[in-house]
Amino acid sequence: MTWRVEVDAKQCMASGMCANIAPELFVLGEARSRPVTPEIEEDERALDAADCCPALAITVSDDGGNVIGPRP
Amino acid sequence: MTTADTAPLSYPFNTPESLELAEEYEQARSRPGLLRVQLAYGEPAWLVTRYAEARLVLGDQRFSRAESALHDEPRQSEGRRDSGILGMDPPDHTRLRSLVAKAFTVRQAEKLRPQVRELTGALLDELEAAGPPADLVDRYALPLPVAVICRLLGVPAEDRPRFRVWSDAALSTSSLTAEEFDVSFEELRTYMRQLIEDHRRAPRDDLMTALIDARDVDDRLSEPELVDLCVGILVAGHETTATQIPNFVLALLDHPDELARLRERPELIGSAVEELLRFVPLGSGAGQARYAKEDVEVGGTLVRAGSPVLVAVGAANRDALRFSEPGRLDISRDGNQHLGFGHGVHHCLGAPLARLELQEAIGALIHRFPGLHVAGDVVWKSQMLVRGPRVLPVGW
Repeated sequence: MTWRVEVDAKQCMASGMCANIAPELFVLGEARSRPVTPEIEEDERALDAADCCPALAITVSDDGGNVIGPRP
Repeated sequence: MTTADTAPLSYPFNTPESLELAEEYEQARSRPGLLRVQLAYGEPAWLVTRYAEARLVLGDQRFSRAESALHDEPRQSEGRRDSGILGMDPPDHTRLRSLVAKAFTVRQAEKLRPQVRELTGALLDELEAAGPPADLVDRYALPLPVAVICRLLGVPAEDRPRFRVWSDAALSTSSLTAEEFDVSFEELRTYMRQLIEDHRRAPRDDLMTALIDARDVDDRLSEPELVDLCVGILVAGHETTATQIPNFVLALLDHPDELARLRERPELIGSAVEELLRFVPLGSGAGQARYAKEDVEVGGTLVRAGSPVLVAVGAANRDALRFSEPGRLDISRDGNQHLGFGHGVHHCLGAPLARLELQEAIGALIHRFPGLHVAGDVVWKSQMLVRGPRVLPVGW
């Protein structure tokens, strides 16, 4: 299944959490982080990163467009 | 280029009885390569003092905290601390962090703002009633974060005198022997185990109950991990904020123009707190060494696999390559991506809550007391990992 990962640039505080939890999925710039590619293969670490983001800046959706991360 | 053969400098540089950044850092930042330093205990380490390299070491998976358990980690006291979640790497770290992360997001912290505001108001009323001079630490800076973290975690706030002793010991660099340190830490664990059992018998709406569910229902963490996570949240959840409140007050009193500007423009409190987090070097020195898992070039020095690197966050926060006029306190500074809360997976879990508490505490205090001033001798914490007043008598 293909998932979609977004980082809200306005929320992101560049803590580096996501790029460290899932370096294949996120890349950290000077002021914000972004997904390496917005479309990814199903990957639990994307949900981990969304859960751990201190700014709640990461959204993960499944291929039906349902938000699955951060998990409730 | 510094090599591993250079005789290491004795570390830490900062003196405990002030908030100054030691001059050695200035020199270290301006020369190529990393410094070689030796703490009181453990093996020598590389010391990072520049911003870009600090972000690299703290944010790159080639540097590990978990590896420190396998080495004679550089440290300020004899006893080896089990640093709990701070001693873990992903994916173990991720498993625990994700359990607690949602209690400490920006959104969750913001929900607590009305309660924090009410608490600061009540504490200021009591302070005012007691009359000057009053100890800002004991009457204001400490009770506020203690009350907030106790409520959030599910710990009785009236036990504050007990865990102040434990918390002091946990962050102490003093002459406590390894055995004394272990005894104190074990007492704190026993206390927490009892509270966890209480919560098991009578679940309530708090973080401890949520973590107990994660353990008992979903088996996502072990019992020792549960205990140490609660201990870690309690200690880290108040000590640093309680120390930075008086530190920020001193820094503002030291910069009367900026203090006046903040009083005139209360909306600057957000950026003022960020600037104070950048400007005030809290730590007596760097700790929590990162071990290179492979050879990595850091700022002109080749760090060999298996070598520890310390990051002097307070120095990196004054790096002129990253911040214009780094030695100036500017409460409206733009683009202030300081490292006051660290960086990477160990970025302070409680950062959103700490920000909120600091904003509310400093804002309310300076507006209540336009004539706020130091009214007696400041007693400094000594032999602690964090620097700040133990007693700060103020008048108004």
